[in-house]
Amino acid sequence: MFPYLRLGPFLLQLPLLALFIGLWVGLIFVERESARLNLNKEKINNLVFYGLIGGIVSARLAYAAQYASIYISNPFSLLSLNTNTFLPGAGLVFGTLIAIGYGYRQRLPLRNTLDALAPGLAFFMIMIGVSHLLSGNAYGAPTQVPWAVYLWSDYRQPTQLYEIFLGLVIFTVIFARVIPAPAPGLRFVQLVALTATARLFIEGFRGDSAILYDGYRTAQVASLIILIVCLYLFRTWEERSEHEPNLR
Amino acid sequence: MNNSRFSTWMTWALILGLIWTVISRIQPTSAQTSTGSVPKEGFTAPDFTLSLLDGGTVTLSALKGKVVLVNFWTSWCPPCRKEMPAIESVYRSYKDLGLVVIGLNLTAQDSKQEAASFAQKIGVTFPIALDLDNSVGILYRVTALPTSFFIDRKGVIRSVIVGGPMSEALIQSKVEELLREGE
Repeated sequence: MFPYLRLGPFLLQLPLLALFIGLWVGLIFVERESARLNLNKEKINNLVFYGLIGGIVSARLAYAAQYASIYISNPFSLLSLNTNTFLPGAGLVFGTLIAIGYGYRQRLPLRNTLDALAPGLAFFMIMIGVSHLLSGNAYGAPTQVPWAVYLWSDYRQPTQLYEIFLGLVIFTVIFARVIPAPAPGLRFVQLVALTATARLFIEGFRGDSAILYDGYRTAQVASLIILIVCLYLFRTWEERSEHEPNLR
Repeated sequence: MNNSRFSTWMTWALILGLIWTVISRIQPTSAQTSTGSVPKEGFTAPDFTLSLLDGGTVTLSALKGKVVLVNFWTSWCPPCRKEMPAIESVYRSYKDLGLVVIGLNLTAQDSKQEAASFAQKIGVTFPIALDLDNSVGILYRVTALPTSFFIDRKGVIRSVIVGGPMSEALIQSKVEELLREGE
């Protein structure tokens, strides 16, 4: 764990830096994949950019909306660089909607666009694990396994390392195109299915899970639902591809 | 791996995942949610007793039932100085609703006179605790100044803000969130 680095008067938040690197390198992979799929690189870059900016602004506005009277009397606080005043869930939903809206307006083919994003997202997932390792977040449950790490005053499952390892495996599978994807969209579905599976299993070792009901972990239930949707999409899009010309 | 094999693999992942979800669900007796004292969100705030600038002592565990903001600061730290008026303003607005602020001066890295002089200049009315040997700073793993811990009524750390200055809106929103929980 190494959350901060002091550089003179500046305090560099290393977990945040890991996410920036993930985004930057991820975008390089997205550009490369867009070119391979004969998509307009500029439009795909814009889609990511608008989604990202829209997500950040929405996350801040959604947080501020919870404390409307405070932010109405201090409107400049909306511009604060502090990362503690965001509502990430709202950012994700609105950022995605904004990106979809842009893609629709620009007539980007949905399934090909999703495929172009897949390697970049896969790389970003690795860096989320690195970010967790640096911050000590997403920590494991106390355990006595020989490979336990000492964190937060206990020996714990090294869930951040599991996350990075599985992230690397998933990135390799997606980037090297280990599994064929004969129809548009299937590469993205593979990424989502593999990520959901990884989360499903890692979550069982976590020590900070949000609980849905009767001890069931929210992330596991969500991952199961995502896997069912992926299974449906995989079969549907694969069947549909049999009636379409193969574009890959 | 071809596609039909990937589809079969996904089905197996789903079945095994379902079994794993049931097996790994958190039992009421499990130690999954640790309640140890660690300076981290979700854990009980480590206890301390310190002497106050104006005399007397403060013990964190004695403040259970109140929302507590512990702000680590020194008089020579520019962002600490900058955020202090905002903390004072929030304290004045919310102290009657159950907010306690402890301005925890890392006196081992500062001086009692400088701390007192600065607190007087700002007109600080919340208690200033003196960490003379840096023991609480070490206990809370304070590696940068200012660092603030927002602690709920049960004594659990809910937010840690490292660096600053914190805006008044940020402090207010964090405090209001915790005060609302007790309503």
